[in-house]
Amino acid sequence: MKKTVGDKIIDAVIVFIMFIIIIAMLYPLWNTLITSFNDARDSIKGGLYLWPRKWTLYNYQSIFRTDKIFRAFLVSVARTVLTTVLNVFLSGLLAYVLSHKDFIFRRFLTVFMVMTMYINAGLIPQYFLYRSLGLINTFWVYILPSMVGAFNVIVIRTYINSLPASLVESAKIDGASDMRIYFSIIIPLCLPVLATVALWVAVGSWNSWFDSFIFAPKQELSTLQYEMMKIIASSMQTGVKQPDYLAESSQQSRNMVTPNSLRAAMTMVATVPILVVYPFLQKYFVTVNIGSVKE
Amino acid sequence: MVAKRVDSRKDFINHARKQKGLILIAFPFFIYFLIFSYLPLWGLTMAFQNYKPHLSFFEQEWVGFLHFKNLFTDPDFYRVMRNTLGMSIINLVLGFVTAISFALLLNELNGNLYMFKRIVQTISYMPHFLSWIIVCGLVSNLLAMEEGILNELLLALGLIKEKIHFMGKPEYFWWIVGFTNVWKSMGWNSIIYLAAITSIDPALYEAAAIDGYGRFGRMWHVTLPGIKSTIIVLLIMNAGWILNAGFEIQYILGTNGLVLDVSETIDIFVLKRGFGRSGGFAFGTAAGMFKTVVSAVILILCNKIAAMVDEERLI
Repeated sequence: MKKTVGDKIIDAVIVFIMFIIIIAMLYPLWNTLITSFNDARDSIKGGLYLWPRKWTLYNYQSIFRTDKIFRAFLVSVARTVLTTVLNVFLSGLLAYVLSHKDFIFRRFLTVFMVMTMYINAGLIPQYFLYRSLGLINTFWVYILPSMVGAFNVIVIRTYINSLPASLVESAKIDGASDMRIYFSIIIPLCLPVLATVALWVAVGSWNSWFDSFIFAPKQELSTLQYEMMKIIASSMQTGVKQPDYLAESSQQSRNMVTPNSLRAAMTMVATVPILVVYPFLQKYFVTVNIGSVKE
Repeated sequence: MVAKRVDSRKDFINHARKQKGLILIAFPFFIYFLIFSYLPLWGLTMAFQNYKPHLSFFEQEWVGFLHFKNLFTDPDFYRVMRNTLGMSIINLVLGFVTAISFALLLNELNGNLYMFKRIVQTISYMPHFLSWIIVCGLVSNLLAMEEGILNELLLALGLIKEKIHFMGKPEYFWWIVGFTNVWKSMGWNSIIYLAAITSIDPALYEAAAIDGYGRFGRMWHVTLPGIKSTIIVLLIMNAGWILNAGFEIQYILGTNGLVLDVSETIDIFVLKRGFGRSGGFAFGTAAGMFKTVVSAVILILCNKIAAMVDEERLI
């Protein structure tokens, strides 16, 4: 269909609306970015729109000067890497088992697993379980509860079942064990879907704070997101005790940093890793999202 | 009949023998799900006990439905239910209207605007991957009283006379949550509508054009009816999550004492009562159980209705 003048006007209006939406999506990040690079006392005056007025790295320095944040950063990285590797490996393994159409426990195990997506005993029973397993205030409370994901298993299984079955069968005839087949046939062939699940798990693990808050409140086990949660909460409230490094740094610097500027810098530190993997994320995620809906 | 059963049992054993390797791998997973997902269900018995952590299960005192009775006579319970439902409904309505409108508009970007469409999509999905902590950080930065950009914008436009303390005004809180939800998930939620739009028969558009409908006419009379069943099914299914108004944003932004009254949802109530007071475990468990059971009933009902509305979309 050829576009008429009226069509072009409508196009222009829609493009205009889309520009507003783009700005609304990106500007909050941009504004926080420039606040994080601007001198804290200067920011209070307001009027920061497009570019920092008084450049400084001081906000970032005062975050990373304290061991606590640096340690929290390391804990976040450690839990993300470990959870991702374990979850992808184990979900893939279970998916491989369940991809056997003639596996005698296939139906039972599938139902047993899928049910876990819907049943939820609630926070307090969960807490008592972790306590009796001795997981409270240990690093493992970040890892063990999310070693296998039912949804991930289903996604990987669907992918395995779309591969030619003869590959696995011929390997079996050659006498290869199941673990051997998993390592040398399934994993190499499933790399695209495993990458998808990996990104998925990694983002979830990096973003979570609630498990630190409830199950591992010990300072040594705090994660970046949880430290950030404390900063935001303290900047929300007046008269509530700030995390002590915030108090420390503002004393040392005679109010060179404000809760607002620290919060901005911290937000950027937590956001950048997500933005770095985002191009990959959106490439894979969207297809999986649509696929899972259609299924 | 008997012979057949013996046969199938033999078959089963034969099969099991052949699949020894698979069973060996599968068994730890069974144990894993059993421990981490099914075992905690046992803890629900707490809701019917006067639970004392230092006593064993057999020494606990059983109190029947006492905690539930206390729950229903608790004035705070009605307050958090009001907040939960209020924010849920705002989220539901705002979320649907914006995601559908966004998908409809995106769909109009064709031909030489296709690249632009891809860019808009890419940007709009991005907030979905940011954690609620980050999003709350961004929101509080924008809405800050002294240096927040929104206050300055409204002042510059002459819409307000003096700066507003957005985070401290109870009447704004639900809407802040609602629009933050829109910001975070509008793009992501539009994906499914865009997918539904692609399955509309192009001949319908041509026919509508011949009938003299313009762009908006076609949008209204072809595209929207074309995704009607998707909209209805999703709407009903999402209504099933009505008690899940969210937890994180309300907890983080609502810690401010000024808005506590309107920010606490049922999830926060469970958390605060369960861990906040000594001996609150049992009461918290009961409150959580109430939410889970009611949610499950609503969810099953909604899914049944959704399935009836659209038989083909059984999920």
